[in-house]
Amino acid sequence: QSTLVIAEHNNETLTPITLNTITAAKRLGGEVSCLVAGTSCDKVAQELSKVQGVAKVLVAQHDVYKGFLAEELTPLILETHKKFNYTHICAGASAFGKNLIPRVAGKLDVAPISDIIEIQSPDTFVRTIYAGNILCTVQCDEAIKVFTVRGTSFEAAPTSGGTASLEKLTPPPPVGLSEWIEQKLTKSDRPELTSAKVVVSGGRGLKSGENFKLLYDLADQLHAAVGASRAAVDAGFVPNDMQVGQTGKIVAPELYIAVGISGAIQHLAGMKDSKTIVAINKDPEAPIFQVADYGLVADLFQAVPEMTELLKKK
Amino acid sequence: MAALRVLVGVKRVIDYAVKVRVAGGGVQTQGVKHSLNPFCEIALEEGVRLRERGAASDVIAVSVGTRVCQETLRTALAVGADRGVLLEVGEGAAVGPREAAAALAGLVGRLQPHLVLLGKQAIDDDCNQTGQLLAAMLDWPQGTFASRVELEEGAVRVEREVDGGLETLRLRLPAVLTADLRLNEPRYATLPNIMKAKKKPLEIIPASALGVPLPLPRLRVLKLEEPPARGGGQRVQGVPELLERLRSDGRV
Repeated sequence: QSTLVIAEHNNETLTPITLNTITAAKRLGGEVSCLVAGTSCDKVAQELSKVQGVAKVLVAQHDVYKGFLAEELTPLILETHKKFNYTHICAGASAFGKNLIPRVAGKLDVAPISDIIEIQSPDTFVRTIYAGNILCTVQCDEAIKVFTVRGTSFEAAPTSGGTASLEKLTPPPPVGLSEWIEQKLTKSDRPELTSAKVVVSGGRGLKSGENFKLLYDLADQLHAAVGASRAAVDAGFVPNDMQVGQTGKIVAPELYIAVGISGAIQHLAGMKDSKTIVAINKDPEAPIFQVADYGLVADLFQAVPEMTELLKKK
Repeated sequence: MAALRVLVGVKRVIDYAVKVRVAGGGVQTQGVKHSLNPFCEIALEEGVRLRERGAASDVIAVSVGTRVCQETLRTALAVGADRGVLLEVGEGAAVGPREAAAALAGLVGRLQPHLVLLGKQAIDDDCNQTGQLLAAMLDWPQGTFASRVELEEGAVRVEREVDGGLETLRLRLPAVLTADLRLNEPRYATLPNIMKAKKKPLEIIPASALGVPLPLPRLRVLKLEEPPARGGGQRVQGVPELLERLRSDGRV
């Protein structure tokens, strides 16, 4: 038994969800290898070789991996699998992993398993369905188990103390079906949403994109990331990469502050594993209060600035 | 640019507003409101807009499932699809993303579309797999989580929602695209269009008749259960009390 983890990175640094995925891979038992493919990823390979529990880091460098296209990465993963014959292949359930892993499974002619939250045995996994309203335990009878891992459900593997060997792979010929043109990443000095210890999120109650400034001011005092409900994204207040929920990002910070969010099922799916949940909403009947540890029925336009000011004083 | 034939996948799911329950070891579906999966609605809207712009010649809605899915296809026809195809499976057949993708691949072989539009995710199984699996089976490029689609000569330019923002790809046609939230705002079916939809062609083909054998399900559901409910907490009377509580819990 052996597992291949597809590393997610930007050629400079490893994306944190890779470390959570490595923990999940270790839990399966058997040797864990990581595949790093990129245009220039020596640095990331070095970083990975020090992660505890990784036995081998496989590195493939080629210009064709610009943009990490699934069409180009898939044949590389298939060749790597042919060479080493893994029992499990996985990646984090991020935009990267969700895009790539089912394509790999399709090519291997196996059914993939998305977004697992628990490993019961090497062939039995737990995942959520219906926006987290139902836990589904599924047994996979495929010869190769191909899956994505929910980052918040597994701890990050320690980034030092590991001594993995490095091995270079020869990239297969380019496929050429797709071309990466450009990216427009949201610039932010704040912590990244899925790995922040504190998250402040806003919903339709914020009334406009401009009013999100109230949340940014509060977030600055708490070193928090800022998220949003699907309603706020739908209304055009903020970009989709801030969406927390069933079809956005899953977060589980130590503290989650929901501001002007009613608490639709699909939003709860993205945040209900947070350790402490605070809800600020003027509607005392809002369903968000049913999951909040601390509920404050108040006008957010008064409560949020008050909270920011009080935090500044300390 | 020659007008394209567009295939749009539509899935019948339990309506998003229903509180889903487990009963007798399965998900309770009897007497529960079903609708068109919201992301499929967005995919369908995009297909219809392509035809309205003259970029698509016809838009074919397809669903994989039992006869009740005809209802979903009629909705798709009312929104603007030109015809519907039901890839029928027997009552009780397990249709996961892989089975659906295999059936769709069979229909693609028969209809030879230039573009397949799907929702990025169904809100029942939350798998987010069918588009990627279909693209793999067909050896086509994939534009998942699309928020903007522009056709070019022999290619499609797709803006995608990724974790840190947006990225743009150019894919050679034919291609599979999956719709994300911001691709468009789907229209509602009007009453006259609902009436007209009743006359549009809807073909029923056994999913097994398409030359692509449906794979044997190799994922077995062992258990379905509702997660432990998170207990509601306490109300606080004001911001000072809230901060005091959070401080004593070590959260701020």
